[in-house]
Amino acid sequence: MDEFGRLIEKEVPRLRRYAHALVSDPERADDLVQDCLERAWRKSHLWVRRTNLRGWLMTILHNLHANASRRYSAGPAMVPLDDSQYAGATAPAQADRLQLGALRDAVQRLPLEQQQVLLLVGMEQMRYAEAAELLQIPVGTVMSRLFRARERLRVLMSEATQPTLRRVK
Amino acid sequence: MTAKASRPSEEMLHAYVDGLLGGQEQGVVERFLAENPSEAIRIEAYRRQNAAFRVLADAVDSRPFAMPEFQARRQWLPRALRAAAVVALVLLGVGGGWWLRGLEYTERVGWSDLAEQAAVAHQTYVPEVLHPVEVSGDQEKHLVTWLSKRLGNPVRAPSLRALGYDLVGGRLLPSSSGPAAQFMYQNARMNRITLYVLSSESGREETAFRFVRNGPVGVFYWISDTLDYALAGELERERLLEVATAIYKQLHNL
Repeated sequence: MDEFGRLIEKEVPRLRRYAHALVSDPERADDLVQDCLERAWRKSHLWVRRTNLRGWLMTILHNLHANASRRYSAGPAMVPLDDSQYAGATAPAQADRLQLGALRDAVQRLPLEQQQVLLLVGMEQMRYAEAAELLQIPVGTVMSRLFRARERLRVLMSEATQPTLRRVK
Repeated sequence: MTAKASRPSEEMLHAYVDGLLGGQEQGVVERFLAENPSEAIRIEAYRRQNAAFRVLADAVDSRPFAMPEFQARRQWLPRALRAAAVVALVLLGVGGGWWLRGLEYTERVGWSDLAEQAAVAHQTYVPEVLHPVEVSGDQEKHLVTWLSKRLGNPVRAPSLRALGYDLVGGRLLPSSSGPAAQFMYQNARMNRITLYVLSSESGREETAFRFVRNGPVGVFYWISDTLDYALAGELERERLLEVATAIYKQLHNL
């Protein structure tokens, strides 16, 4: 594996978290990462050194998913998915599982720029300034995207879980 | 109702969600949320989003992942040989540049056939916007296999990434001595250079670098045992020599 291979290998954990936030079936989420890595590898001549590799890979992954989301989705979007397939992890409680499903559905409906900020801050626990540097945008832009993303996610998720809650009542 | 002045900024509320606030500011936000249930629900939803992302992240991290096998296409030499090559280069370097004799170039007024054809091909295809190449660089393996077959000798597209040039792709060309190949490279400033490759006529042993210039296009060319090469570019001679040297070293496993 050459230098480029080593560089992208370092980004794999982050790409996987991103993919698993978009795709509910863990196998297919990892397929998406594999496809992303392969495409990045084939297109490596298009990656200009010094530019942001992480952002570039995230964009490839987002585009692959957006263009072929049917390939990576296990079935109809609203089918509750089994997160117990994650080996080694504590199986999330039923409520968490529902929430994870709703979360993924909602994340997919956000524009790429909002997804990126949301996942960098919410999932990678990156500080706003770090995310700004990584995405090469001002901190103010990170914040405004983050605020919009969270609010949109909240609305989408409450829409998704409301009927269930009503039934529980 | 709380006075408007005591309302924390949206930035502060999100910083609270992300656990970025100091004790005093956190107290301000917590008091505000205690007095504003609808805001408390909204902020709690944001905190749950973060919590859900973290559950997901932990689950993903604990799941094994198989890295895909990438073809090490820029690796020309087996590991041991490469180490030997480095040692050889160092020794040669110590030898006062003796090795560079093989890379000497002379300036010529006239055009050799090779250089002329390379320059013509360069000027024909470099300005092309839509179809600069027949096979693009992302199909490098296919490109190289195809051109090798047509030229009857194994050709390679050297990697010039270290010099800032990416492979755009290549094409097959007619020449006065059979099929020729052209590889095109481009840097971030969209400056293009081309490497023209031709099967050698047997019995030639000339290996020195030679340089010719016609207007803006400079060409370095040299001859190996199986293939002839000509590098064309609208660059200063020194810069073009640097690229030609890098190609020479790669193609001859130096």
